Amino acid sequence: MIEVRFFATLRDGRGKVMQVDAEKAAVAGDILRLCEIKPEEVAILLINGFHSKPEDPVKDGDVISLFPPVGGG
Amino acid sequence: MDERYIRNLGALTEQECTILRTKTVFVAGCGGLGGYLIEMLLRLGVGTIRAADGDTFETSNLNRQLLSSPSILGESKAEAAAMRAALVNPDVRFIPISEFVTEENAAELIRGCDAVLDALDNIRARRILAHACTEEGVPMIHGAICAWTAQAAVILPGDDLLDRIYPEGVGLRSKASLSFTPPFCAALQVALCTRLLTGRPLETGHLYVADLSDMEMECIF
Repeated sequence: MIEVRFFATLRDGRGKVMQVDAEKAAVAGDILRLCEIKPEEVAILLINGFHSKPEDPVKDGDVISLFPPVGGG
Repeated sequence: MDERYIRNLGALTEQECTILRTKTVFVAGCGGLGGYLIEMLLRLGVGTIRAADGDTFETSNLNRQLLSSPSILGESKAEAAAMRAALVNPDVRFIPISEFVTEENAAELIRGCDAVLDALDNIRARRILAHACTEEGVPMIHGAICAWTAQAAVILPGDDLLDRIYPEGVGLRSKASLSFTPPFCAALQVALCTRLLTGRPLETGHLYVADLSDMEMECIF
């Protein structure tokens, strides 16, 4: 399984954490699709704490963290 | 030592308070974040505050913007900041600039400052400000809010942190903000700024993200 952690407004309607079957996701972008999140809704994507991109590969046991853009002032 | 700053002692040394009085900071934006940043910097006791905002107050600002009140709707945010500065701490030199940060004026606005505080409300202006900070060699203390979330970071000149915080293609979806989110974010920024200006050890290049809904704080990068 791949653990997906949501932050800030991405928790709305999803909760804090979701488990995704690793066989259904080859890259981080697949995780976004499975979680019904558009790429432009994610500002920061971390794989196991490292800054990553949607095209980066994911594997069983990974932890994906997703942060939305926060830009008000 | 000026009695006004006596309660700074114990948290700061007298020498650090003296150093702060020699510093000039630029505050980009006098809205939700900017109002609180200016208030905190005035009471902390920096030497000079330069603050820019081309906007005027509107009714929807009243839920969170410290400088706003029903009697000054339609008036300049930068001028309201100047009036507040004169009221709170007339010993601080305050320079209001009723202009938005643009590619044309950014470098000139921040030139000679010891730190730049980001209180802007859009990504494009932040990119302009960060670019100017790199060009002028001035550290930028980023801050941003959305709903229950506040984030802050120290970005040194030349660091690409802002590009990692806001990659190409992302857009702001929500304008939600609550009364307590801007002061929380401003406190993070001014704490970072104080360490920077006094020369205390400071880890840069991190983004601190605070979720006031779930009482969590993440350190990213």
